[in-house]
Amino acid sequence: MKSLSVSKAVTALMLAGLVLLPLYSHLSGNIFILTLFTRIIILALAAASLNLIMGFAGLMSFGHAAYLGIGGYAVGMLAQEGVGSGFIQFPVAVAASAIYALVIGALSLRTRGVYFIMITLAFAQMAYYVASGLARYGGDDGLTIYKRSDFSGLIDLGNRTQFYYLCLACLFGVMLLIWRIVNSRFGLVVQGLRSNEQRMQAIGFPAKRYQLVCFVISGTMCGLAGALLANNTDFVSPAVMYWTRSGDLMVMVILGGMGTLFGPVMGAVVFLLLEELLSQITEYWALILGPLLLLIVLFGRGGIMGALGRAGRG
Amino acid sequence: MAEPLLRVEKLVRRFGGIIATDNVSLDVASGELHAIIGPNGAGKTTLISQLTGHLEPHSGSVSLAGRDITYLPAYRRCALGLARSFQITSLLLDFTAADNVALAAQAHAGTSFRFFANARKEQGLRDAAQAALDRVGLGHRADVVVSRLSHGERRELELAVALASKPKLLLLDEPMAGLGVTESQRMVKLLQELRKEVSIVLVEHDMPAVFALADRITVLVYGRVIASGDPAAIRANEDVKRAYLGDQHVVTHHG
Repeated sequence: MKSLSVSKAVTALMLAGLVLLPLYSHLSGNIFILTLFTRIIILALAAASLNLIMGFAGLMSFGHAAYLGIGGYAVGMLAQEGVGSGFIQFPVAVAASAIYALVIGALSLRTRGVYFIMITLAFAQMAYYVASGLARYGGDDGLTIYKRSDFSGLIDLGNRTQFYYLCLACLFGVMLLIWRIVNSRFGLVVQGLRSNEQRMQAIGFPAKRYQLVCFVISGTMCGLAGALLANNTDFVSPAVMYWTRSGDLMVMVILGGMGTLFGPVMGAVVFLLLEELLSQITEYWALILGPLLLLIVLFGRGGIMGALGRAGRG
Repeated sequence: MAEPLLRVEKLVRRFGGIIATDNVSLDVASGELHAIIGPNGAGKTTLISQLTGHLEPHSGSVSLAGRDITYLPAYRRCALGLARSFQITSLLLDFTAADNVALAAQAHAGTSFRFFANARKEQGLRDAAQAALDRVGLGHRADVVVSRLSHGERRELELAVALASKPKLLLLDEPMAGLGVTESQRMVKLLQELRKEVSIVLVEHDMPAVFALADRITVLVYGRVIASGDPAAIRANEDVKRAYLGDQHVVTHHG
């Protein structure tokens, strides 16, 4: 039980820190940290959504950045066309991601293992090139969003603190949802399929149906992150869909601990903070970050959450 | 005679030039324990795989309680009341024994597209799991993760998982495989109990067990049925004797 309490304590500390961050930012006058952490929270949300399909369902989706782009472009394109309401932009972003996930999932789930990785990657790259070809919406150069999503005075996304809390609320909402799903009937079936597909078929579960639904839920959640990310940067470009971004999300999940509830959030915080700190020290920050991640993955099985568990036992 | 529970008619399955299932026909009556025996390579597992839906036959048919299931996928057959155990233990290793069984019960208790309620707190499923575990003598190991169970316990758990789906017909693929003497005896005892409740097709190498349990025995050699009948008849059958003495050519030329 002690092992649980260590990782629980660290998790609680991290969550409390995230909630209190704007307070610190106000008191210290450090606005940058609020901007940085808004980005971290949005990508943590994306990593958490990836963890649902990768950690719990055991399906290595290597194209998750596509949803960031789809969610982002939904906001950007609607804004460009004069539809500024967040009540329209966000549902469209989420719905478009769901539809994309449904189609891509139905095709990709015909394959397994390395082929599944490659085919999800290929589709995401396709989305990347499609976005690059959208001349009306900036093509390669991307699309500037001149006005953030408008929620009719309910919440002002132009206000840093309000936007931060919106993102945090979305993250907590998604975490809550994932927690419920993972322990539900559906969640057990999906995890059972990760463990032993043949056995699950033999006791009467059609594998693909459940995996597809999980794939769609995961993609939909990530689409929400995309809509937030576009608002955060006031800009969306094909680059958010590039495969290295999908790789970053995977690294966050693995770093934090695949198949744990809070691992991806932890992973996103550590990964992006390291990236930020190291890039201030040297231009060649990737040279340090790379080996560091390697060490963590090699020696910290189960990622940070796994290491915390062992620290508690040891 | 009433419609048999399981009817296999003229089943053929080839692997390249090899005919692994050669015109196999057999009936399993309701309440019967029907054993399928044969030397190594006789095509027992190939036959079982076609009954469970893991392998498609090239011709012939399989029907369960009068319904043609020849080309139904495994999960549909399970819903119709066909449960199986695997020759090589196949369980969810990172789940507890109770979770393994509860999932089998869940598959037959309404939809699994429920996303919010905690499935481990569904009393109906937990009770069903506990009942099946108690049935095979694993009740006290319910909360142990499968990867920590012994081989013998896993064999018993396979059985509990199959039972949890409340099947009409149990297909047991070598349930004694790898068991020690005492464990085997326990398994035979258990099967003797279970056969009162459910029809069973038993594929097994353990001859004393087969002859102690079976109502009828079908003998496969080179994919072909060479004999079928009650244990006494099989014991007396000359072809079967030859097959088990190793002189299989005589047998194959015979049919």
